[in-house]
Amino acid sequence: MEYIAVLLHSTIRAGTPLLVGTLGEIYAERSGVLNLGVEGMMIVGAVVGYIVTYRTGNPWLGVLAAAIAGGLLSLIHAFISITLGVNQIVSGLALTMLGLGLSSIMGKDYVGIALPSTIIPIKIPVLSELPIIGEALFHQDPLVYFSLALALVMWLILFKTSLGIMIRAVGENPAAADAAGVNVYAIRYACVFIGGLLSGIAGAYLSESYTPVWIENLTAGTGWIIIGLTIFSLWSPIRAILGAYLFGGIRVLQFRLQPLGISPNLLAMLPYASTIIALLIGAKETIRKRIGAPSALGQPYIRE
Amino acid sequence: MNSGQILSKPIVEMKNIVKRFPGVVANDHINFKVYPGEVHALLGENGAGKTTLMNILYGIYRPDEGEILIDGRRVEIKSPRDAIKLGIGMVHQHFMLIETLSAIENIALSMEASFINPTESIRSEIEDLMNKYGLKVDLDAKVWQLSTGEKQKVEILKAICRGTRILILDEPTAVLTPSEVKGLFKFMRKMVKEGKSIIFVTHKLKEVMEVSDRVTVLRKGRVVGVMKTSETNENELARMMVGREVLFTIEKPKVEIGRVKLKVENLRVLGDRGELAVKDVSFIVRAGEIYGIAGVAGNGQRELVEAIAGLRKAVSGKIIINGVDVTNRDPKTIANLGVAFIPENRRMGYVPGLNIAENLILRCYEQKPFTIKGVLNSRAIREYALKLIREYNIVTPTPEAPAKTLSGGNIQRMILARELSGKCEVILAAHPTYGLDVKSTEYVRKLLLRQKERGAAILLVSEDLDEIISLSDRIAVMFNGQIVGEIKSDEADIEMLGEMMAGIKI
Amino acid sequence: MTLTLKIKLERKHEEARILSLIYTIISVLLGLLVSGLVLAIHGVDLVQAYGIMAFQVFGTAIGLSEAIVRAIPIALCGIGLTVAFKAKMWNIGAEGQLLMGAIVTTGLALYLNELPRYIMIPLIFIGGFTMGALWGIIPALLRAYFNINEVIVTTMMNYIAMELVRYLIFGPWRGAKEWGYPITDEISDTAKLMAIPGTRIHIETLLICLISALAVYFIMNKTVFGYEVKVVGENPDAAKYAGISFTRIAILSMLISGGLAGIAGTGEVAGIHHRLRYPESISMGYGFTAIIAAWLARLNPIGVLLTSLFFGGLTVSGHLMKMIFRLPVAVVNVFNGVVLLSILIADLMTRYRIEVVLER
Repeated sequence: MEYIAVLLHSTIRAGTPLLVGTLGEIYAERSGVLNLGVEGMMIVGAVVGYIVTYRTGNPWLGVLAAAIAGGLLSLIHAFISITLGVNQIVSGLALTMLGLGLSSIMGKDYVGIALPSTIIPIKIPVLSELPIIGEALFHQDPLVYFSLALALVMWLILFKTSLGIMIRAVGENPAAADAAGVNVYAIRYACVFIGGLLSGIAGAYLSESYTPVWIENLTAGTGWIIIGLTIFSLWSPIRAILGAYLFGGIRVLQFRLQPLGISPNLLAMLPYASTIIALLIGAKETIRKRIGAPSALGQPYIRE
Repeated sequence: MNSGQILSKPIVEMKNIVKRFPGVVANDHINFKVYPGEVHALLGENGAGKTTLMNILYGIYRPDEGEILIDGRRVEIKSPRDAIKLGIGMVHQHFMLIETLSAIENIALSMEASFINPTESIRSEIEDLMNKYGLKVDLDAKVWQLSTGEKQKVEILKAICRGTRILILDEPTAVLTPSEVKGLFKFMRKMVKEGKSIIFVTHKLKEVMEVSDRVTVLRKGRVVGVMKTSETNENELARMMVGREVLFTIEKPKVEIGRVKLKVENLRVLGDRGELAVKDVSFIVRAGEIYGIAGVAGNGQRELVEAIAGLRKAVSGKIIINGVDVTNRDPKTIANLGVAFIPENRRMGYVPGLNIAENLILRCYEQKPFTIKGVLNSRAIREYALKLIREYNIVTPTPEAPAKTLSGGNIQRMILARELSGKCEVILAAHPTYGLDVKSTEYVRKLLLRQKERGAAILLVSEDLDEIISLSDRIAVMFNGQIVGEIKSDEADIEMLGEMMAGIKI
Repeated sequence: MTLTLKIKLERKHEEARILSLIYTIISVLLGLLVSGLVLAIHGVDLVQAYGIMAFQVFGTAIGLSEAIVRAIPIALCGIGLTVAFKAKMWNIGAEGQLLMGAIVTTGLALYLNELPRYIMIPLIFIGGFTMGALWGIIPALLRAYFNINEVIVTTMMNYIAMELVRYLIFGPWRGAKEWGYPITDEISDTAKLMAIPGTRIHIETLLICLISALAVYFIMNKTVFGYEVKVVGENPDAAKYAGISFTRIAILSMLISGGLAGIAGTGEVAGIHHRLRYPESISMGYGFTAIIAAWLARLNPIGVLLTSLFFGGLTVSGHLMKMIFRLPVAVVNVFNGVVLLSILIADLMTRYRIEVVLER
């Protein structure tokens, strides 16, 4: 029983950066912009968050700085994809490379150094004493609660407000949204920017709480997994919670199975292989439920 | 018809509007006035500049020169948002609806609905409008589930829900059955009675005479006449539209009808959403015959033609070409049997990223002399391309020019050149003259008639009833995926066809 | 602020090409500028840094030969990518395909070391090609049958390949003679490629690289297959109508792309390292650099040879900078990213004339 409690706790922790990043990418893609730069934005967020925390001793300043860094990087992608209307796939890729390069040079003096001040978990009285789920659900980092609240809020906005209608319209048929008086460019910029902010925060969580040490390539493809999760969650913020914790669990499993003698490298393949399987499931679901990607995803909109 | 209103000041005045696109002046110093309380028809052929002018009024385009006055005041309309604020609403020819959202969500998008729960905040208001103007539609249905007529009602609700004083209707009747058109006209008259104005963009003379108070005629980007509808007639309008005496009938050559080339038996085809789009359709087309399929778009015509071309699966039934069963065979095999396909969606028919010569050999690139043992023979390809460019009058400096540099009419010529150059046993022509200028339209029809003389069996799908009646030998009407009637063209008249199109069986 | 885009439709081919070249050079300069800025902020002496690049790398025989050594795998991957990208199959997985080729080569060389040289050498190249091709076909199949985005799949398979290499060098293939270091034993002499004397340039792979550049150029421009690839990439609907099977083109283009990347892997193991080691040592991001090399060359395989040489030199410079300034090699990514972005913008400008009109 104790084992399950610990497992649950770790799963939620591992899933949180995935959830935060996925929520951001969902909004970007819902507005029609494919953002493949998540990995780059995440790792820049991670290194900025780390350095600011190291220098100031305040992890929350780090999170803020990380968000801004991710956001700024995303604005470059937004400018190229939205205003200039160029190939979104290659642009996102270029930003990932840029982010990887920038982060490695920024972090070069900090490799291997543990962060002295990390994010401190909050312990909710009474509820955290509950058996099994107490620790897992009520003794977590504030960012965990933030991510869950965020998912709910983002779902409400998307499906129950006029802003959400605008975002969905822009992603499905930007010409029609434009004709209805919606500012397509502004909505897309905003959604991509949100994606960048959240990617940065996700990265900060990794470097400030999850593995509070700086190493090169800290994210190791997490950004790409997030892009896969976006599809798996069928672009719904609530379903993203399911996907994120599922993958969090896989990551935890990876480490728990090691003592059994299975090579850690084979286990390390799990998250990546699972992403491919998740895409397969997503593909089948898309056909079954007749929900698909936003129709205008990946296509730039240029008004004559 | 309120002639008294015309003495008041114009509510919309567009002065000296000029709009240029590469290679063409779409609007050439146009002056256009609309008065309150009138239905003003904007008449002209496809390509005359009507939609461009209205897109300028609605803020989708910016004029190169000229100015716009609303209520006598000069205004800048930089985007649809500005137009909407000025009380201008537009129902576009091609619906601007978000298919995956519900009808009421689409309407909420156009309004300044509340931030939280927008659909509920406007529901009663929209229901009032629906009742007032007779525009009944299921507000919570997703748009992709609605019929074309219902979609147009949503478009109209969208356009009038923001206190619209000037409503632009761009070719609204193209997708409606005759009875739906009557309903639309009733709605229009109700609106103008309240002092609002309607700009009715169309190329259909009968409708201008039936419902408008005044009419402005455009030809090749210029205004060629402005008058009260009561003071003119169809013939005069036609002459102004085209610039010469219009022959309303086309000379159909006398051709001997031969054996059956295309036979469709009990065909059932699924649409994009998994629903049955073609339900038990059977017909035959013989050599030298033009078989026209009339019907409002969206009743299964596209799916039918795609199935015959091999681009869509048939779930049951047979398609037989020259005695060969080609049901569910791939498009290449079918094309090799001598089937030409002129697609409805022009963009499907050509490759913009390749050059013209490469486009022209799309159907035959594997054959000698264009390919020898897997290697392309560029000299043979070039010669072939030059021949076709000459024959079909495709305007381009060189066959190596990228195909995307061609104008719309020339793209259609290129597609026709590619399709009709071989031996054509069967021709599938889906809306072949849609969106083309007068010269190109005449040319396409001439080509089809020439193929008819050569013994091809032609399946013609068109929304233009005049075109169908004048070109076809036999006419079938498709409604709701079925053929509801088949008659000889010399026995056909528009009323009868209209009833069949609306589903009233004979 | 509004941006007005005016479309110039009549573009003479000659004019376009020269303009293209100018923009290519500007992009590279821009990349150097921005990277230089980043380096300068971190205390690097730019004059020394660029001096190294210009003179030591491109100005000396040994520098040039090392540049060629790096250029070979980049070019092989890049040539393959020109095919995949023309079909609009976004193959980000050249890195993984290269590693898979390396794995097979190591396996063959370690366990079949009785075979004579004239069988072994062709065998490892065929093996490398095959494995790389297989690694490339999997995402193609997923795309063709399930419409799954190949960018994500190929990226995931990169990571899987890397872990596979790590698994092998730490586990079953760990060298008996290497004192516990995570590398395999050295492969037998029969599997080692010939080198140009005085350099590390492995001749066999170099030849294959040059030949494939010419072959791919010929195939893409003069054959039916090349025509079909272009149609599929430009307009899949028209391709369907013309009877061109998307599945066939997707598989074949990824087969070529993956296969050539696999050969690059063979070259690295059999020609340079003579063993399998850390994946980051076998391939220093060659698969990713190849993407930019291909893009910079406008998907022209002959052009890829030139751009790969440039990037080869850049990689060598990166190593020198690491040694001298203690900078991580990944810094080169900054340059790569900026160049790619510049090229994208430049491409836009060769096709359209952009008028930036500031209006209130």
